[in-house]
Amino acid sequence: MALAFDEFGRPFIIIKEQEQKTRLRGLDAQKANISSGKAVARILRTSLGPKGMDKMLQSPDGDVTITNDGATILEQMDVDNQIAKLMVELSRSQDYEIGDGTTGVVVLAGGLLEQAERLLERGIHPIRVAEGYEMASRIAVENLERISEKFDFGLSNIEPLVQTCMTTLSSKIVNRCKRSLAEIAVKAVLAVADLERKDVNLELIKVEGKVGGKLEDAELIYGIVVDKDMSHPQMPKKIEDAKIAILTCPFEPPKPKTKHKVDIDTVEKFQTLRVQEQKYFDDMVQKCKDVGATLVICQWGFDDEANHLLMHRNLPAVRWVGGVELELIAIATGLSCLSFSALYFICLLFIWIDSIKKFFYGSSTVFFFLYLPESNVINVFEGGRIVPRFQELTPEKLGKAGLVREKSFGTTKDRMLYIEHCANSRAVTIFVRGGNKMIVEETKRSVHDALCVARNIIRNNSIVYGGGSAEISCSIAVEAAADRYPGVEQYAIRAFADALDSIPMALAENSGLQPIETLSAVKSQQIKENNFYYGIDCNDVGTNDMREQNVFETLIGKQQQILLATQVVKMILKIDDVISPTDY
Amino acid sequence: MAIDRIFKDEASEEKGERARMASFIGAMAIADLVKTTLGPKGMDKILQSTGRGRSVTVTNDGATILKSLHIDNPAAKVLVDISKVQDDEVGDGTTSVVVLAGELLREAEKLVAAKIHPMTIISGYRMAVECARNALLQKVMDNKEDEEKFKSDLMKIAKTTLSSKILSQDKEHFAKLAVDAVLRLKGSTNLESIQIIKKPGGSLKDSFLDEGFILDKKIGIGQPKRIENAKILVANTAMDTDKVKIYGARVRVDSMSRVADIEAAEKEKMREKVQKIIAHGINCFVNRQLIYNFPEELFADAGILAIEHADFDGIERLALVTGGEIASTFDNPESVKLGHCKLIEEIMIGEDKLIHFSGVELGQACTIVLRGASHHVLDEAERSLHDALCVLSQTVNDSRVLLGGGWPEMVMAKDVDELARKTPGKKSHAIEAFSRALVAIPTIIADNAGLDSAELVAQLRAEHQKEGCTAGIDVISGSVGDMAQLGISEAFKVKHAVLLSATEAAEMILRVDEIITCAPRKRENRM
Repeated sequence: MALAFDEFGRPFIIIKEQEQKTRLRGLDAQKANISSGKAVARILRTSLGPKGMDKMLQSPDGDVTITNDGATILEQMDVDNQIAKLMVELSRSQDYEIGDGTTGVVVLAGGLLEQAERLLERGIHPIRVAEGYEMASRIAVENLERISEKFDFGLSNIEPLVQTCMTTLSSKIVNRCKRSLAEIAVKAVLAVADLERKDVNLELIKVEGKVGGKLEDAELIYGIVVDKDMSHPQMPKKIEDAKIAILTCPFEPPKPKTKHKVDIDTVEKFQTLRVQEQKYFDDMVQKCKDVGATLVICQWGFDDEANHLLMHRNLPAVRWVGGVELELIAIATGLSCLSFSALYFICLLFIWIDSIKKFFYGSSTVFFFLYLPESNVINVFEGGRIVPRFQELTPEKLGKAGLVREKSFGTTKDRMLYIEHCANSRAVTIFVRGGNKMIVEETKRSVHDALCVARNIIRNNSIVYGGGSAEISCSIAVEAAADRYPGVEQYAIRAFADALDSIPMALAENSGLQPIETLSAVKSQQIKENNFYYGIDCNDVGTNDMREQNVFETLIGKQQQILLATQVVKMILKIDDVISPTDY
Repeated sequence: MAIDRIFKDEASEEKGERARMASFIGAMAIADLVKTTLGPKGMDKILQSTGRGRSVTVTNDGATILKSLHIDNPAAKVLVDISKVQDDEVGDGTTSVVVLAGELLREAEKLVAAKIHPMTIISGYRMAVECARNALLQKVMDNKEDEEKFKSDLMKIAKTTLSSKILSQDKEHFAKLAVDAVLRLKGSTNLESIQIIKKPGGSLKDSFLDEGFILDKKIGIGQPKRIENAKILVANTAMDTDKVKIYGARVRVDSMSRVADIEAAEKEKMREKVQKIIAHGINCFVNRQLIYNFPEELFADAGILAIEHADFDGIERLALVTGGEIASTFDNPESVKLGHCKLIEEIMIGEDKLIHFSGVELGQACTIVLRGASHHVLDEAERSLHDALCVLSQTVNDSRVLLGGGWPEMVMAKDVDELARKTPGKKSHAIEAFSRALVAIPTIIADNAGLDSAELVAQLRAEHQKEGCTAGIDVISGSVGDMAQLGISEAFKVKHAVLLSATEAAEMILRVDEIITCAPRKRENRM
């Protein structure tokens, strides 16, 4: 109890208002935590694999989301339980790090918790269990490394990449046209990838969606799509070889930020002010025209008069373009990339701190800082300049694009602006269509997953075979290694092997197969033939050789899954006291 | 050890069979709701809003009905959404898409009850939809080359679309209206440039398509009521006191005489502006914003017709029709493009005065004036006409045409049935179910018309076994008839979109095995 006695035998209180708090201690706490962790895993279990089902989620505002993506389900689930929140975090970190396998990681953690519960019942101390899991996860990760294969791909041979993306997409609702979506994803990633440094900046890929049409209409645009139209209805809808001025200042009369008042007390002043104003608009437009811009993209609105002047001078313009899009356009239409070593860069920062400051405030060029820990390099991307003042417009600061066109959709007044054939084709847009809002949203999520997978392969071209084959192989390896460990940990390691089996089991279960029967058959086949290609035949193709079925997953994704799941389970096992305020 | 609650209070979770049942029931309820509006003899619904005034809408349009419903069932929301998308994308078939999705789910429910896994059903449906699409593609007719025939196709489509609406009595008249209007767009799908003006009074038959353009505004007092060979300046500029726009400017004076000076200067400025506008050599000036009395008077003096407060769409359309540009500055009269028309005059429709521009140069925009007995009739007529216009404008772009009256469904069902016979495995049940769902549509059309649907559909099926059959349900005579002869056609794009989005939605709902409803957001009490 949280009640202690001092040396005179008087009670004193450790936890304030303790009657108002519920408290669980010791084994009870662990069991309660495990059971709530398992409950979360159970929800996701049925979403695993190509035959996994979807979940329908209704948000507090009544919006409906239908999805199969573990991270999205958990995010929208609105959980209250602390341990459940940990599981949500787990899946989210897998999403940030890898982008795929968010369901698998939670199912694996659920399996680990389930096994831990049994060990706890036998009286094994949770810390020993946690340590055993830690050892086992190391063995598993090493085993993954051993069974992984290197993949050869190049710009001409994208087939392996496409196959891997298809594996990811096959578990989603879009699997009807997984082939074309996988190709789109791979092409998009390759377009922005830096193959030498093996890195991909996914920020450069924008996934846009619009309801209507069908899934097959999804397309990859080498350029940017903006959900905006020309500011004046009579401006040209198509511009070739556009030189784009990207502005963050409005086409409006000046508004100095300091408080001021212009007093008009004579007729002359009134007239000069008027003339000034007209001149001001005229100057603005003339400036843009003078530097040779043929398209103006502005973050703010236009005054009517300015709008007409632009139209009159034959200078098409787009207004109210959001900040993110503006940056993307800037990058797409002209980008130079500088890389420094990190150390050098820090020196630079110190030396040039003032000039850099000036640089930033002066012209607010878009910079992207990308830190790559492996190569210790900071990349500074410098985009086509975003210009905050008209005075600073120069011809060099204009972005270039081969074709800018407006495209209208459907029967309503829906238009979008396509900016294509950019000077720097390294910003691309994937444009997704679908029969309803939920499909479009789900497709976007699926495409995102596929993009992440493609990026992971470019980073590290090792793959393992999917369909549960990697897990089975790890399970065998861990099982075999268990006997070599003396002490209680042996039990925990064995339990880890059993937990690894939970993924192929769930796959088999979701595919309508007999889970235990199928799993044991595949396992014995793997051991007998010493061959780690065998997995669960979810699609009823007739063979369980995953190499033949072309089911691949990335090595880093799998490794991350095992490591993250183990970490979270360790954390949960170490909790022995849960103090929470009671409901009021 | 009891499992702790994972979710927040009030959040609910439904799993497995229960979840599936909840979504099936919700979706089918929605489908049944709009089912009776399908087909030429479909009935209308009255919708009463809960808002102030309890305004009433009478409609037959699926999308409008579903949009106005407050639905809590998430699966039903999916159906509402597909109907909305169908409306945005092709404009018609909003009821059919919901009914088809509902029928697909109804069939799926039976299969699930027979212990077939939803994933198997989905893969069967996918095969079926592919097959159905190919069947449609084979039977499609395209008369793009032959202009005469194409136009008659358009007429037929318009008539078919309108026949299920309130306009069915005068469908000939309205079909012609719609086709003429759409052909003037010259391939653009921007229906904004077709203006629909509703004026209560008269009968639906009195509605007409105006060759020129009608602006729902009055002519200023003392200005000419009739202008021939008008030169029009279309503008978007402030014609009240033309403020100084520089921020923070204000007038501060120390004596009354100064006030008078500045007022005079302001007036002078306005006069200058008006002079500049007049210098364009125009005799008609249309502004989007207000025109105050003073400039109006100046215009009247110069014999110029000044029209104020035309809304933005009106301005845009006017610019489109007359070929002028929308101007906001007036310093270079020589380079501003003016609009032209032969005659501007004030006309009366019912009791209202309108301004009529005739003999326009470009004619890319046009005006349809709808007349009718009441607001409800007019609203519904507008919706029906809008549907027809949407379908037609889509057909102009994609000129493929199918026959109507349940013909496409029977064609698809026949091919899908054949596929089912060839397919081994459990999937064939799902494929068969798909064809049953397709046949449900002609069945509902017949039922709604009070015909013996079982008999008719069976006859139709038999007819369709023949090669090159054109039979469909002739609701008027209550028998199986030749659709090609009756001239009942539908746009391919509509049918295609119905087929695909209905299947997509059904698939989506079938894949769900768990529904998690979050606690509704607490409304802050504003009282």
